[in-house]
Amino acid sequence: MKAASKERQKKGVSKNANTTTSKKSAQKTGRPAKGGLRGWLQSLAASPRLRFVDLTQTLSPDFPPIVLPPEMGQSRPFRMEPISRYDESGPAWYWNNVSFGEHTGTHFDAPIHWISGRDLPNNSVDALPVEHFIAPACVIDCSAQAADNADFLLTADHVAEWETRHGRIPAASWVLMRTDWSKRSDPVAYQNLDETGQHTPGPDADCVRFLVNERDVLGFGTETIGTDAGQAAHFKPPYPCHYYMHGAGKYGLQCLCNLDLLPATGALIVAAPLKILDGSGSPLRVFALVPSARG
Amino acid sequence: MAEAKMRARGKNPILRTPLPTLPPHKRSRVALGLTAAAARGALELQVCRDCGAAQYPPREVCRDCLSSRLFWRPHKGEGELVAETTLHAAQELYFRERLPWRIGVVRLDGGANLVAYVYDRVRRAPCRVRVEAALDRGGQAVLIAVPAIGSTDLSIDPKLREMTCDPRARKILVTDGKSAIGQAVVRALAAGGAEAIWVGEAEPWKKIAGTTKLRDLPQVTMVPLDVTDSASVRELAGEIGAKVDILVNTADCHRTLAIGARGALDAAQLEMDVNYFGLLRLAKEFAPLLKARAADGPANAIAWVNVLSIFALSNYPPHGTYSASKAAALSLSQALRGDLYAAGVRLINLFPGPVDDEWDQLELPPKLSPSALAAALIEALQGSMEDVYPGEVAQDWLARHRENAKALERELSEGNR
Repeated sequence: MKAASKERQKKGVSKNANTTTSKKSAQKTGRPAKGGLRGWLQSLAASPRLRFVDLTQTLSPDFPPIVLPPEMGQSRPFRMEPISRYDESGPAWYWNNVSFGEHTGTHFDAPIHWISGRDLPNNSVDALPVEHFIAPACVIDCSAQAADNADFLLTADHVAEWETRHGRIPAASWVLMRTDWSKRSDPVAYQNLDETGQHTPGPDADCVRFLVNERDVLGFGTETIGTDAGQAAHFKPPYPCHYYMHGAGKYGLQCLCNLDLLPATGALIVAAPLKILDGSGSPLRVFALVPSARG
Repeated sequence: MAEAKMRARGKNPILRTPLPTLPPHKRSRVALGLTAAAARGALELQVCRDCGAAQYPPREVCRDCLSSRLFWRPHKGEGELVAETTLHAAQELYFRERLPWRIGVVRLDGGANLVAYVYDRVRRAPCRVRVEAALDRGGQAVLIAVPAIGSTDLSIDPKLREMTCDPRARKILVTDGKSAIGQAVVRALAAGGAEAIWVGEAEPWKKIAGTTKLRDLPQVTMVPLDVTDSASVRELAGEIGAKVDILVNTADCHRTLAIGARGALDAAQLEMDVNYFGLLRLAKEFAPLLKARAADGPANAIAWVNVLSIFALSNYPPHGTYSASKAAALSLSQALRGDLYAAGVRLINLFPGPVDDEWDQLELPPKLSPSALAAALIEALQGSMEDVYPGEVAQDWLARHRENAKALERELSEGNR
């Protein structure tokens, strides 16, 4: 008890220090080199036209949450109960009470979500450096492979091959795995469960180690429920993307959509989770600013 | 063939749907003793402790010796139909709509004369009969004279059929077809002659083999329904609510947790969300629709069934949070029952003991099989009762609860199941 409250106090102090900038945490999570983000913003400003792409699924009761055995703790799906709708409960106004788990719909994973990131500084959504909420994105198109094989795994070789075509993945950028999985509008096909578990694409352990250790990315994003593959419980270590990314203070974005509308490089992603005290993640609006030619 | 005849071939859309009328339903407090027994499917009469005389109608003092020491006791109901008549005129709207109506006077063996409805197949008086208690459309006890020998099926009597909620030729919604109980109930209703069964399916991405097989039954249509989602309940009520004759609420969340079993409240909240709020959401959306069709010819809305638990009566601490959610559902069902009875729709609660499923895995036998529970449900619909305690454990707990509720509470809290 004592240790926990001490920990909280310590965190509270560092939180305050980090509401704007924190060099310490910036170093840890690989802040862009000087001028990095400015450079991206300047190139956007110089572009003849800007495209805005919404990468967010609609929060709805039908959107499937993560499936765990029923005896385990469960993340609640999105639910909405009206408070009033221009009626006797509120004659001139309409509003709702909503409820959901932190990891519902299109959502952000903070380092504290995983046991490997639990002791990092500023690891919960309320303490993250604000400058991390806007960052460049590298989009790796795996849609053809995922269409062939629901259990497709992105490897370090795939990433190396992508880099030969699009250049080195810059530090502090999002790596987004495009699978077109979000086009599966039927929740049964989206979950893709059978007696052996879930079958959805994701990165393998080597790939995640490469992105974390060699490229110092900001985080990893997917179109599926989970930054890890559906079968990742059986990987070594289990759920490598959660384990390594969060262990290194990196982030996750899950249940994204419209990644097919992004270029391989050049887009800036805005992803700012809700400021929940000690929150492990949150649903959020994610969108991209894409430089585009005139006309 | 007979089933097809029982259901109206169609509905004339230019005619007003009749409103329900109820039989006279005012009863004195002491007369409700008859209803309390009939609710469980039993005939009980008052008997005098001093002179042993059976009493009818229910009263404050003995008709023979004026002793006030009367107590309720199960009665075999055997006697003689000594006189009968058939009513052809009535001031009460309920009977006026159903005339002619056969009634008679029965002299019970060992004394007491009573007035009873007379079942279609009873010979003309005088003859030997057996008196059964039943519930009428308003939920009050009535007495019915049936043949002395053999079993009786009230549902084939053109008038007394009203006392039952036979699933034959009915359109039925089963709110959850994923649990073992839900699957067994759907199969039993299909075997019982239901015309159509909508089977609710929450979280369709979680496939259950037995539920998938239900689709092979010709009566079954799977429908999306998640009782934790108000929008889902509202949507389904809009789509099929005006067709449902019987609603069977099998939606249940059971997490086998003592209140200190784990820190988080999520499982207890989910139990409450399914077992209590789920029933409330269903009640808000479906009850008005059932009531509106309570007199819609032979294809009317007639019943609402809840699968509760014997743990609703008294908390079973190893399943403490589940018990509490079922107690909440029981309380709510009483409010719903009163609401439904105003239109003549019956609400039946089932109180099974431990069921032979994954959530009662560690409970010692005897356990109720899902199919035995489903059979009890069908029997309750075909008969005339509103509280059903299927299986030995449920019967045992009920008896202990009726005898001394506080003793049962203590026994359960001390681990003495």
